[in-house]
Amino acid sequence: MNDLRELYQETILDHYRQPRNAGRMVDANRMAEGFNPLCGDKVKLYLKVEDGVISDARFEGSGCAIATASASLMTESIIGKRKEEALQLLENIHAMVTGGSTLGSMGKLEVLAGVHEFPQRVKCATLAWHTLKAALENTEEPVSTE
Amino acid sequence: MKLLDRLMHHDDLQAQFWRTDFPILKTRVNGKPLVYFDNAATTQKPQMVIDAEREYYSNYNANVHRGVHSLSQRATDAYEEARGKVQRLINAASPNEIIFVRGTTEAINLVAQSYGRSRLQAGDEIILSQMEHHSNIVPWQMLCQQTGAKLRVIPVDNSGALQMEIFETLLNEHTRLVAVTHVSNALGTINPVKAIIDLAHQRGVPVLLDGAQAIAHMPVDVQALDCDFYAFSAHKLYGPTGVGVLYGKSALLEGMPAYQGGGDMIRSVTFEETTYNILPYKFEAGTPNIAGVIGLGVAIDYVSSIGFESLVSHEQALLSYATPSLAAVPGLRIIGNAREKTGILSFVLEGVHPHDIGTILDGEGVAIRAGHHCTMPLMERFSVPATARASFALYNTRQEVDALVAAVHKAQEVFKR
Repeated sequence: MNDLRELYQETILDHYRQPRNAGRMVDANRMAEGFNPLCGDKVKLYLKVEDGVISDARFEGSGCAIATASASLMTESIIGKRKEEALQLLENIHAMVTGGSTLGSMGKLEVLAGVHEFPQRVKCATLAWHTLKAALENTEEPVSTE
Repeated sequence: MKLLDRLMHHDDLQAQFWRTDFPILKTRVNGKPLVYFDNAATTQKPQMVIDAEREYYSNYNANVHRGVHSLSQRATDAYEEARGKVQRLINAASPNEIIFVRGTTEAINLVAQSYGRSRLQAGDEIILSQMEHHSNIVPWQMLCQQTGAKLRVIPVDNSGALQMEIFETLLNEHTRLVAVTHVSNALGTINPVKAIIDLAHQRGVPVLLDGAQAIAHMPVDVQALDCDFYAFSAHKLYGPTGVGVLYGKSALLEGMPAYQGGGDMIRSVTFEETTYNILPYKFEAGTPNIAGVIGLGVAIDYVSSIGFESLVSHEQALLSYATPSLAAVPGLRIIGNAREKTGILSFVLEGVHPHDIGTILDGEGVAIRAGHHCTMPLMERFSVPATARASFALYNTRQEVDALVAAVHKAQEVFKR
């Protein structure tokens, strides 16, 4: 039960109920779709990248609390970051949810650390981040967690 | 005590007795007794099935249909005896109509690629339903790409039942095959397959039934149904994974080209020409899953020893107990309320995604399935991305249903903070 509290922290539930930066973006210059074929979770990520800086980010989709909160927290944390910084953040998140370690201070994103105890849910937490990578690298194909 | 309560009590006692046959049910998960409600995905195995596989590998492991030696004869006898058990289980006219495959999926692919590919052409139509598992959709889509045939789909009404009046309008002179599920894996709906078969046969159209979800939960009589093909998996019938059955009427199977080439399915081979073996071996290329087939035979023995009458009445009683109990949870909606159902409860809970329900229930030792259940078109029909699904088997009890309902309340609590 303690692990469950750790997983479903207040911040996660808050971002699930009221996702930040949710909705479509009409003037995005980068877009990617992510899909988890195992459970059907979907996310569509819109970015505006100007001079190598992510000036705006929004997402649409349907998913569980973990997937939705992760996408919401991600958009918050990448706005204003350089492309390389965002990609580094992705690496850190991946290490945190799979290995349980945090590389330096991750701020609010540390609430996702609880996912580490639930290996079946790692893909939920990383879906938006895989999609971010695809959007930044301008991958045409929808990314899949598989 | 009222008579009804006493009867219910008796029913649970019986299930408690059956439970002792399944060693895994003593397992604890996350510190809690395992409550296994993922039976539509796969059922647990009774000790006698586990023992049968071990016995084969320990005492008479040998290849079938080849050896002059004693072990091979023993293995062949056990393998063919299992075929007879399947024949009796589904009341097929002959053991030659029982083909061992890897599972329901392979059985359907076999029919699509052998029967379908040799007979269908551009403009032909195959009728499926909106509630099919992906394994009864994708093989037909592949066939359509190869032949130019088209899929037509019987829609599902709000209760989760097939719209039979629309089925009748879909049947026409282009229809070459109807492939529908006997029981929906996502909703539990029992389809009126006899009526479907009769209507299709009036037009001379053969019918394949996907029996994956039916085989362990109701008696199946392929001759009474008059179905042309019936497919099911052993692992949903308390048997091993990796084994399934394709039943086909011998007249149809005789006329079908071989599916896979290899050993055992031939009579003679030269580089110029191969003549194929007789039924059922024509469709059993390569060394089969011998241990699995023997295990399936023993699983059939097990289910037969309980009897479908007791089994069905237990699962129906459990469904009648669980449905109102679960529906009483505020914000919970059961998807699939057809009049005829097996013990499957698919549901969504306001404000809590099915995956989160699944994780929280797991913390309580309750194993359910959360997701689209390999029925994405059906999920779209009900405008949900996924559902949580509890599916019953003969060893489940009312006490376990209570644990499920308590765990669902817990999920709600976690999300209400």
